[in-house]
Amino acid sequence: MHVPDGFFDAPTSVATGLIAAGAVGFSLQRANREIRETGPALAGLTAAFVFAVQMVNFPVGAGTSGHLLGGALAAALVGPWSAVLVMSTVLLVQGLLFADGGLTALGTNITLMGLITVLVGYFVIRTVLQVLPKRVGSVVPATTLGALVSVPVAALAFTGLYAIGGAVDIPLGKLATAMVGWHILVGLGEAVITAAVLSAVVATRPDLVYAARHLQPDLVLVDADGNSSTVSPDRPIAAKPTGRTLGVGIAATLLVAGVVSLFASAHPDGLEFVGARLGFDGAAKDSAVAGSPLADYGVSGIGNAQVSGALAGIIGVLVTIAVGLTIAKVASLRSSRADKAA
Amino acid sequence: MSGPSIHVERLVFAYPDGRQALFGVDFTIQRGERVALLGPNGAGKTTLVLHLNGILGSVAGGSGSGRIQIGGSDLHREHLPEVRRKVGLVFQDPDDQLFMPTVRDDVAFGPANLGLRGADLEARVHEALVQVGMQDHADVAPHHLSYGQRRRVAVATVLAMRPEVLVLDEPSSNLDPASRRELADILSGLDVTLLMITHDLPYALQLCERSLLMDDGRIVADGSTRDLLGDAHLMSAHRLELPYGFDPLSVPGPER
Amino acid sequence: MTGSAGDGLLVVADSRIHRLPAQVKIVALFVFVLAVVSTPAGVFWAFALYGALLVWCVVLAKLPPLVVMRRLAVETPFVVFALVLPFVATGPRVEVLGVSLSQSGVLGSWNVLAKGTLGVVAAIVLSATTGPRALLAGLERLRLPSTLVAILSFMVRYLSVVSDDLQRMRIARESRGYRGGRAGHLKAIAGGVGALFVRSFERGERVHLAMQSRGYTGRMPLLSESGAARVQWVEGLAISLAAVVIAVTARVVGL
Ligand SMILES: Nc1ncnc2c1ncn2[C@@H]1O[C@H](COP(=O)(O)OP(=O)(O)O)[C@@H](O)[C@H]1O
Ligand SMILES: [Mg+2]
Repeated sequence: MHVPDGFFDAPTSVATGLIAAGAVGFSLQRANREIRETGPALAGLTAAFVFAVQMVNFPVGAGTSGHLLGGALAAALVGPWSAVLVMSTVLLVQGLLFADGGLTALGTNITLMGLITVLVGYFVIRTVLQVLPKRVGSVVPATTLGALVSVPVAALAFTGLYAIGGAVDIPLGKLATAMVGWHILVGLGEAVITAAVLSAVVATRPDLVYAARHLQPDLVLVDADGNSSTVSPDRPIAAKPTGRTLGVGIAATLLVAGVVSLFASAHPDGLEFVGARLGFDGAAKDSAVAGSPLADYGVSGIGNAQVSGALAGIIGVLVTIAVGLTIAKVASLRSSRADKAA
Repeated sequence: MSGPSIHVERLVFAYPDGRQALFGVDFTIQRGERVALLGPNGAGKTTLVLHLNGILGSVAGGSGSGRIQIGGSDLHREHLPEVRRKVGLVFQDPDDQLFMPTVRDDVAFGPANLGLRGADLEARVHEALVQVGMQDHADVAPHHLSYGQRRRVAVATVLAMRPEVLVLDEPSSNLDPASRRELADILSGLDVTLLMITHDLPYALQLCERSLLMDDGRIVADGSTRDLLGDAHLMSAHRLELPYGFDPLSVPGPER
Repeated sequence: MTGSAGDGLLVVADSRIHRLPAQVKIVALFVFVLAVVSTPAGVFWAFALYGALLVWCVVLAKLPPLVVMRRLAVETPFVVFALVLPFVATGPRVEVLGVSLSQSGVLGSWNVLAKGTLGVVAAIVLSATTGPRALLAGLERLRLPSTLVAILSFMVRYLSVVSDDLQRMRIARESRGYRGGRAGHLKAIAGGVGALFVRSFERGERVHLAMQSRGYTGRMPLLSESGAARVQWVEGLAISLAAVVIAVTARVVGL
C-alpha cells in the first residue's frame, strides 16, 4: 500500500501530511515517558523488526501474496504512541533509504499505515481486553482481532482518500469492494502472523507486552536466607486501561476521518466529486455494497456536500468499530463458555 | 578511593517476568585483582555483572535486595553516573555494545556523556582505538567489521571512559584463535581491576589468578584459578569441563 | 541490492552529488518532487524535461543505469493500478484498436505512471548517493525531533542484524526439509517471526543497558558536525529550481 508521488492530488497530500505531522508530534509527547524509561533503542529495534517482517510475503490466494503491515502488533507490543513512532520511522526509512513510497506521499503513507492501523488496532485491543478474562493470554485474541480489523479499515481509508483526492473518477463502490475485499484476505494473514508472534512473546516474555502490563501476576522473591516474600513486578509504565485512552483513541480516529473528508471537500474537484457522487447511480449498482447508504462515500439525502462527505467518513469508522465489537463479543462469549467447560 | 574495588553482600534479584536469577550472592574483589567468574549457562553471571554499575537491581527500580559497594561506597541512585564511569562493562555480544552508525561515533558515545567535547573527545577516542589496534577503522560502520574486530572496538568503547574496574562478559566467545590471543594481549596490558565471565577455562587460567564459581544464583566456590580447575569433583558438580588434554597444573598462569 | 540491509541502496562512488550534504539533497528532492506533482498531467513536454533533468542527475552521480532500473520495481503495484484505470474509469470513452477506454482514465493512468516514476527515480538518486549516517545527520540538521532521529538511527543500525537473523531462520527452516505449502507456510513464518521479535526486543533491552552503562542519560550525541555552505545549497538546489521553473511555465502555458 506504499503510495507513490503524484497518486493523490496536492491538497490530499498536504492534508494527510499535516495529520501525520500532528500525529507524530502528539505521539512524541505521549511516548516521551515510555521512551525515557525503555530507551530509544527498544523503539528502534521494534522498527527494524517491523521493517524486516514487512519483507516477508505470505500467500493470499490466486497466486498473489501480501505482507504484514504490523500496526496492531506494534500497538500491542510497545503501546499506541510508540507504535505510531515506530511505524512512521519504518515508512521514513523506506522512503528515504529504499525509495519505497513517495516523499510527498509520506504523510499519506504514515496516515494510512502508521496511524490508522495502529489506532484502530489498539482501540480494538483495548475494547476486547475489557470483555475477556483478565489474564495476560487474553491479549492474543484481542490483538488478532485488532490486526484483522485494522487492515481493511486502512484499505477503506485509502478508498476514502481516493474518493477525495484521486485524479480519475472510477466507480467508488467497485474500488471499495476490491480494496476491502482484497485487504480482508491480507488482514487474515496479518491476523495469523500477529497471533503467532504474540503467542510466542506471551509464552517467553509476557512482561514485554505493553497491552498486558496491567495483567501481570505478582512475583515471589526468595532472599539470601531462603525466606520468600511477594512483591509486585516493576512496571515501568502504568498501563491500566483508562476511559481516557479509549476516548483519545476514538476521538483521534473520528478526527482523522472527519478532517480528511472536510479538508478535501474544500477543494473544488473534491467538492464537485462528492456532489457528483450524491446523484450517483449506475455503474456501482452491481457491486455488493452499492445498495448500502455508504456505497458512494456521500450520505444520500444530505444536501451539503462537505458535511455529507465528513459524515460518511465518520459513519464508516463507527460501523467498522461496531463490527469489531460484535466480533469481540462473540469471541468472548465463546471463550467464557470454554472456561466454564474446562 | 578506599576500600575494595567491588563488594557484594546478600544480593537477591528477580526479573520482571518473575524468574529469580540471584539468590544471595557474596564476594569481594580488591583493587588490581584479576578475577574470573565461572559457571554453567543460566547460573546468573550476566545478571550479577549487570548489577555492578547499577543497571539492574533495586537502584534501577527492579525487584531485589542486598548491598553493593564500589570503591568502598554504597551504590546509590545519585552516584550512578560516577559508578558507570568507574565500572566499565563489555557486553557479550558486540552488536549490543556498538549501536552508533560508525566506530568513531560509538567510541565517542561514553566520553561525550562524561562531558568531553571537541579536540579532547577526539584525542580520547583515538587513544582508546590505538589501545585495541583499531585506529584505522574509525569511520567504518560496525556491521562492516569482522566479529573479532567488533569485539575489540567494544572493549575500546569502554576503555575510552578510563574505567577503574573492567568487567567483561565472555570476551573470548566466538573468536578465532588469533583474535583470542590478541585480546588476551590487550587485556593483560591494562592497569585495572578485572572481572571476566568466561567458559574458556584456559583463558581464565592464563589471565586471572583468582576465580569465583557461580551456580543457581549463588557463589559456590572462591579460590585460586589453578586450585578450582584442578578440583575434578567441584568441576563436574557444576557442569564445567576442561578442554581435552588440558592439565591446569602443568601450564604457566599469571602468578609468576 | 548492494551490501547489507543497513546500507540502504547506497552505491559507493565519488561524485559531486555524493559529496553534497544530505540536508541539501533531501530538500532538493522534496522541491523537485513537489514541482513534478503539481504539474498538470496533460503538459507532456514538462515531463520530458523533468525526465531529462533526472537522467542528467543519474549521470552526474555515476549511478549504474541497471541499478536504477532494478530499483524501479517498487512501483509495480501502482503500475498495475494505473494500467487498470483506463478500463474502469467513468466519463467519455475512446476506441483504441477496438477496445473502449475511458479518456480520463488514460490521462489518469499517464498521470500516475509519469509522476510516480519520476518520484521514484529522484528518490533513488538520493538513496544511492547518501549513506545512512549522512542521511541521519541531514535529518537532524533539518530539525527532525531528536527522539525520532534516535529511533531512526537505532533502526538503521540494527536493520542488518535483524534481517540476518530472519535470513538465518529461513535457512534453518529450509535446511530441515521444509518446502512450504499454503497454510503450513504461513504457520512456519509466523512462529519464526514471533521468535524474531523476542530476539529483537531483548536486543533492544540489552542495547539500552549498554548505553546506560556508558553514561547515557536521555540525550543522544549530535551526529552532524557542520552545516552546508551557501554554495552547496545553490549547487544542490539548482536542478530542483529548474524543475520549479518548468512547473510554473507548464501552469502558465496550460491556462
Ligand atoms: N531479561 C531477562 N528476563 C527474564 N529472565 C532472564 C532475563 N535474562 C536472564 N534471565 C534468566 O535469568 C537466569 C540467569 O541468566 P544469566 O544471568 O544470563 O545467566 P548466565 O550469564 O550465567 O548464563 C536464567 O535463568 C535466565 O533465563
Ligand atoms: Mg551470560
